Amino acid sequence: MAGPVIVVGAGPAGIRAAERLVEAGLRPVLIEESARDGGQIYRRQPEGFTRPHEALYGSEAAKARALHAAAEALRPRVDWRPETLVWAARDNALLVNAAGRSESLPYAALILATGATDRVMPLPGWTLPGVTTLGGAQIALKAQACTIGARPVFLGTGPLLYLVAWQYLKAGAAVQAVLDTSPFMKRVEALPWMLARPGLVVRGWTYTRDLQKAGVRIATGIMPVAIEGDDRAAAVRWRDATGQDHRTECDAVGIGYGLRSETQLADLARCAFAFDAGARQWLPVADEDGRAGVPGVYLAGDGAQVRGADAAELAGRLAACAALRDLGTAVDEIEMVTLRRRLAPMTRFRRGLERAFPWPANLAAALPDEALVCRCEAITAGTLRRAGGEYGAPEVNRAKAFSRTGMGRCQGRMCGLAAAEVLAAARGEPIEAVGRLRGAAPVKPLPVATEAAP
Amino acid sequence: MTRADVIIVGGGLMGAATALFLRQRGVSVILLERDLVGSHASGTNFGNVRRQGRFLPQLPLANRSREIWGRLPEVIGEDAEFLPSGHLRVAFSDAAIGKLEAYARDARPYGLELELITGNALRARFPFLSPEARMASYSPLDGHANPRLAAPAFARAARRAGAEVQERTEVLSIAKSAEDFLVETPAGTFRAPILQVSSGAWGGRMAEAFGEPVPITPRGPQMGVTEPVPYRIAPVLGVASDVTEEGVYLRQVERGNIVFGGGLRSEASLDTKRARLDPVNTLRQLPYLARLLPAVRALSVIRTWSGVEGYMRDDIPVMGPSAKVPGLFYAFGFCGHGFQLGPGVGATMAELIATGSPGVPIDPFLISRFAASEGDPR
Ligand SMILES: Cc1cc2nc3c(=O)[nH]c(=O)nc-3n(C[C@H](O)[C@H](O)[C@H](O)COP(=O)(O)OP(=O)(O)OC[C@H]3O[C@@H](n4cnc5c(N)ncnc54)[C@H](O)[C@@H]3O)c2cc1C
Ligand SMILES: Cc1cc2nc3c(=O)[nH]c(=O)nc-3n(C[C@H](O)[C@H](O)[C@H](O)COP(=O)(O)OP(=O)(O)OC[C@H]3O[C@@H](n4cnc5c(N)ncnc54)[C@H](O)[C@@H]3O)c2cc1C
Repeated sequence: MAGPVIVVGAGPAGIRAAERLVEAGLRPVLIEESARDGGQIYRRQPEGFTRPHEALYGSEAAKARALHAAAEALRPRVDWRPETLVWAARDNALLVNAAGRSESLPYAALILATGATDRVMPLPGWTLPGVTTLGGAQIALKAQACTIGARPVFLGTGPLLYLVAWQYLKAGAAVQAVLDTSPFMKRVEALPWMLARPGLVVRGWTYTRDLQKAGVRIATGIMPVAIEGDDRAAAVRWRDATGQDHRTECDAVGIGYGLRSETQLADLARCAFAFDAGARQWLPVADEDGRAGVPGVYLAGDGAQVRGADAAELAGRLAACAALRDLGTAVDEIEMVTLRRRLAPMTRFRRGLERAFPWPANLAAALPDEALVCRCEAITAGTLRRAGGEYGAPEVNRAKAFSRTGMGRCQGRMCGLAAAEVLAAARGEPIEAVGRLRGAAPVKPLPVATEAAP
Repeated sequence: MTRADVIIVGGGLMGAATALFLRQRGVSVILLERDLVGSHASGTNFGNVRRQGRFLPQLPLANRSREIWGRLPEVIGEDAEFLPSGHLRVAFSDAAIGKLEAYARDARPYGLELELITGNALRARFPFLSPEARMASYSPLDGHANPRLAAPAFARAARRAGAEVQERTEVLSIAKSAEDFLVETPAGTFRAPILQVSSGAWGGRMAEAFGEPVPITPRGPQMGVTEPVPYRIAPVLGVASDVTEEGVYLRQVERGNIVFGGGLRSEASLDTKRARLDPVNTLRQLPYLARLLPAVRALSVIRTWSGVEGYMRDDIPVMGPSAKVPGLFYAFGFCGHGFQLGPGVGATMAELIATGSPGVPIDPFLISRFAASEGDPR
């Protein structure tokens, strides 16, 4: 196989992978869709913005500074391609699109560090203006120094729910409520796993404490009912753990139920997938070091499994070690053993998070027939259920063919996991029985005006 | 039910339509489909319901099919989004103009009336067309339909009419006893005195097993779709050209997306059952699409796909009785143009099986045409 090593994604995983390759004397290609490196958690503000790292990244400022410094040091030593989207894969080559021009880049090895995106569960009203994902709410703050509203409600589950609410509180927003679908007891039950990283447990607890001190209402074990509003979100209706109904007024809503690995490129690179019961998602199969089943393809970071930023840095480095070794470069076994050992508690912590903040699959069955599931194509839960019932679609690709769910601009990245839950519930089948949406190019929309490089 | 008058192997549009029309003639049918009905070529195709441009002796069959497309609600209880909104073949060169003129003249005796439009008249009637377009051949009664819906709808109608439709049932082997075909599947043995092979690109392997090898190659036409925009383009548009890369086509669905295809085809595998789209082909299509419909340059492609289709060396399908095995019938290898033909093929095969006569001429498609050639037909 000819060509360089290509790393896709300049988040913590991709940067550390590229760094390790450079240490071995290679000049990898580092491709990033955004204008700047950093990835999600260490996302940078636009050029010209001057907020210090402490203001942007809080407790993680030191790590952010270190990662950004590492990325800057790499710049002259890698083929750095920002604002470049990998939109398709062929045999041992990627098709990348930058500034309206598509180019084919062959690779000797490919490290996919594509990260994760918010995981959403639809509910009536979730497409109203003023409703964003938790990650979107955070990006507004981090990248643009904007808020999604002055009186937001944060709804969903997972650590990001509390973190984003806390960041909004610090930014001066009047957070109206933090509504968590996970019962508090789940957190207690998950403690044995979560204590694999006690520091994070303490930090999560301080966010909650600060929010409570500021008088923010925090409710756990809730059931979201609807987001209301005429032309934009104005209130959230929800049921508390005792079955009582509430209506909380607000001017914006941030929703999110944890993260979903961004696996489309792994799919296009023909990686095998297996159902991960903890994540309730089909994930590309990889060994401990990140080797996918396809020779020459490696997976690192949240795109392989959501273990968080610290794990992403280690996994990026480890995947680079594996790639180097497979390409015939000697790598000290001690380095790899150490990385694996440091990753072990993070894997355990991930399993704890899945237990503490489970994806509320049950909400899919409760979704009213008129609620939109696929927002790109405006497909309701009722239409999707009919595809699985009357039309007999036994799995998600067939349901997509009949109902168009997941056929729009986002290609099911937003709605795919929820749609699978709706279909499985309607058919009375376990979620893994309805399969996963097959990926198709382009990973994101490709302008017809795109020129092909010769 | 494990025994019937007829077993149909393959539940694409051909198999599903044949099953329905056989039931309408009172014949008992078992349809065996390896995956899901219409999940291969019949469910992944472009959706062109086009007669113009076809091999002329195929027009009687295409006309019969077009007539059924026009009354789908009555036949299967739904319309599969069939829209008889016209079809335009567009010429950019002298050579292509000559071809359009000759075809329009030659198609008339078959009952296909085509209107040739040029110059300002062309721009006035179809203002979205490229100013470079020199002539278009307009077939007002052709159109397009939704391939994802058609074959499953035929299968549901067949089932309602009493056909046994078995999905996820792969035919592993077929033997012939004195009176019956014995069809082995993981779900057991099915038997019938008559068998139809309508397994699409996989049909060649089955014909070969019956001692009738044919020159068939699986390929994947390259499809794509843009984001939706307001509905403005009624007819299906296609470029008339002998240069493969230039031969792109597109249609706008009523909800707004523009579906496109054409140009070079990708490799397809009978074993993995997939045709993997080559994104380089998509890039090649884009400038030709923009030449045909300049406004498309403002849009983005949101999805691409392909499907496994069987192409015969002479670019026409295999249809009709086996030349060797009594009771055996073929309808496969539709060379990228079988979607339009599907309902007509179903009606014709059902008539042939039930009465011994196809109702429209199918001589050019008989499998015996390959036996006549010398040596290995491939
Ligand atoms: C919105 C959001 C907010 C988060 N906030 C926090 C937080 O505050 N605290 C916390 O601890 N964790 C947070 N996380 C989780 C944290 O981001 C991850 O654990 C960490 O960033 C994972 O690092 P990574 O390198 O695996 O991926 P990422 O940091 O996500 O980096 C992946 C990169 O790949 C690029 N990419 C993906 N696909 C392509 C493509 N096809 N072509 C080109 N480039 C591509 C992306 O643009 C991205 O920059 C957040 C996650 C999300 C999604
Ligand atoms: C991408 C694409 C675009 C196209 N565009 C157009 C168009 O615009 N207009 C047009 O007229 N035509 C078009 N075509 C051609 C058209 O789709 C086909 O000619 C037509 O659908 C063929 O139908 P079929 O039933 O013969 O084959 P298929 O739909 O492929 O059905 C054959 C079935 O047989 C089954 N099968 C195979 N082996 C076995 C076995 N051992 N046991 C049981 N079942 C088995 C398969 O699973 C399959 O479902 C296109 C084709 C493709 C792939």
